[in-house]
Amino acid sequence: MAILVDENTKVLIQGITGSYGGRHAKLSLDYGTQVTAGVTPGKGGQLFEGRVPIFDTVSQAVRETGATVSTIFVPPPFAGDAILEAADAGCELVVCITEGIPVVDMMRVKAALNDYPNCRLIGPNCPGLVTPGRGENSHGGCRIGIAPGYIHRRGGVGIVSRSGTLTYEAVWQITNLGMGQSTCVGIGGDPINGTSHLDVLKLFNEDPETEAIIMIGEIGGTREEEAAAWAKDHCKKPIAGFIAGATAPPGRRMGHAGAIISGGQGTAAAKKEALREAGILVAETPAEIGATLVKAMNK
Amino acid sequence: MNIHEYQAKQLFDEFQVASPKGKVAETAEQARQAALEIGQNLVIKAQIHAGGRGKGTFKSGFQGGVHLCSSPEDVEAKARQMLGQVLVTHQTGPEGKLVSKVMVAESVEIARELYFAIVMDRATERPVIMASTAGGMDIEEVAHHTPEKILREPVHPLLGFQPYQGRKLAAFLGLTGSQAAAAAKLFTNLYNLFIAKDCSLVEVNPLVVTTGGDVLALDAKFNFDDNALYRQKQVAAMRDVTEEDPREVAASEYSLNYIGLDGNIACLVNGAGLAMATMDIIKFYGGEPANFLDVGGGASKEQVTAAFKIILGDPNVKGILINIFGGIMDCNVIAEGVIAAVKEVGLSLPLVVRLEGNNVAMGKQTLAASGLNLVSADNLADAASKIVKAIAA
Repeated sequence: MAILVDENTKVLIQGITGSYGGRHAKLSLDYGTQVTAGVTPGKGGQLFEGRVPIFDTVSQAVRETGATVSTIFVPPPFAGDAILEAADAGCELVVCITEGIPVVDMMRVKAALNDYPNCRLIGPNCPGLVTPGRGENSHGGCRIGIAPGYIHRRGGVGIVSRSGTLTYEAVWQITNLGMGQSTCVGIGGDPINGTSHLDVLKLFNEDPETEAIIMIGEIGGTREEEAAAWAKDHCKKPIAGFIAGATAPPGRRMGHAGAIISGGQGTAAAKKEALREAGILVAETPAEIGATLVKAMNK
Repeated sequence: MNIHEYQAKQLFDEFQVASPKGKVAETAEQARQAALEIGQNLVIKAQIHAGGRGKGTFKSGFQGGVHLCSSPEDVEAKARQMLGQVLVTHQTGPEGKLVSKVMVAESVEIARELYFAIVMDRATERPVIMASTAGGMDIEEVAHHTPEKILREPVHPLLGFQPYQGRKLAAFLGLTGSQAAAAAKLFTNLYNLFIAKDCSLVEVNPLVVTTGGDVLALDAKFNFDDNALYRQKQVAAMRDVTEEDPREVAASEYSLNYIGLDGNIACLVNGAGLAMATMDIIKFYGGEPANFLDVGGGASKEQVTAAFKIILGDPNVKGILINIFGGIMDCNVIAEGVIAAVKEVGLSLPLVVRLEGNNVAMGKQTLAASGLNLVSADNLADAASKIVKAIAA
């Protein structure tokens, strides 16, 4: 079953006519994902790649195509508005890929989303999510966002991470170990985001197809600690963890807007300790994430 | 991004946040003029980003980056000693910072020192105000030892700062009557500034009550949200690149995420999380990373070349590790970028390359056929141990 999305999910893309959005829309189509609509204001009535209808508004796209999930590739000044438009149109899931949204904008958007309790936001500043298909090179799955589809293979490992390339690293290790993934969720590297580690852990915990979980975190904030504290008493499945940024100097933003140690909070050491305290096996290096999960599963 | 004290003063004036009179000067003559306009009770302060100015020493031997002055002539004389000189404080490192501006301000007599800050709090996803009666002290120490001396007041993301919160904060700080009203106005104006300028932190330490009964923001530390600089032209223009690591300034010109560190193994990685993890694994194998460098998901040949130049410009660097997980990116394009960069920049240091992902076989073949003196690695652990061994040899 996987979580959040599967091969039957109908996806629309806001910003499908931009170069970045268009490139990844095409890769998702090639992967076998049901991209049913695009949205670009002023370009309604056109077709993307000769087959995907483009609409002026998200409401029209939802009404005409039955899409339930939106992917956002809109530039930062307009991304907050795009998220609210998708929520207002009734999308169940909104995945915001955009990097560089001002934090004040996200603060307001997040507060406004309380009016849409049936809408889940993932991101912003995230690689999206992938539920691998069962075909060759995982073809036929649901690829939302920018992750490379071919590295996946359908299986029982759920992955949640704040970082794109570190997720790919973990996915690739799992695939090369002969295992596969149920769903891989990139929750994004911004300080204020829609879905947390904890939210995704809960979903994996309830998903019959997910047998084990990889949780990848990094410096900044205390969301990993929060997830670990819940997992200790509630998670029925083995978890392997990795935390990036043990060597990061305090007070500096390490690429991601949210990757910063401030006021002594959010260090890698504190997060690793919290994970271990919760009984989660922590990989010492990023090269050992897959092997650590195998160890956790055999424990 | 940080700003100078005189720039903070400009923002305070624009938003009517009460603070002592002050003017910036670039010459001794301008400093004297500023002093004449300000009048009595003068103080002159060297403008550098580092703290500890008052106890600092100029390389010329002149003591102190902050001085009380008796007259405009005294201000002029002190300005002459400071401008164009290098000030060393406990925060600048031994190389110090060149002082090219001074601020001349009114020195006020302090009756009470308080603390007031607004921070964008990621846990509650809203601005949180922190106020304390323990002004002028390290607030983390106060929070640790006497948490009852701090009031944390969250602000609703959509409502903004409310009048009752101003009254509540003023009362907590022990202010009454006209002082309470003046403080509440200051807090409201400061909150407006915080939101209007996309700040992530404004810390007023100290907020003072003068012997004359005025409530004034005496000194402030600002942090801004880098993501918002596209719409904050005035704030972006306040950036002083002479205060920053020149390697980081060069990197920012090519939209590279670079942070200089003290180690000797440089790394070049795609993706922020993987870049951090690469630094960590270098350390795990006994090495010390020289930098954080994320070239992004779609790095061009020009960016890779610029990244190489910045890495090689660091005299501490003894070896380089390139770690690319080319998910969508073609590994062969990256290989060609690396070869072009090395040919342009030249290379005498050990270089270990770990490529993985899309079209990786072709990328490895391109590197092997280039004739460059580089070591190929099969995975991240292999790469890290190879570069650590290479520089130890």
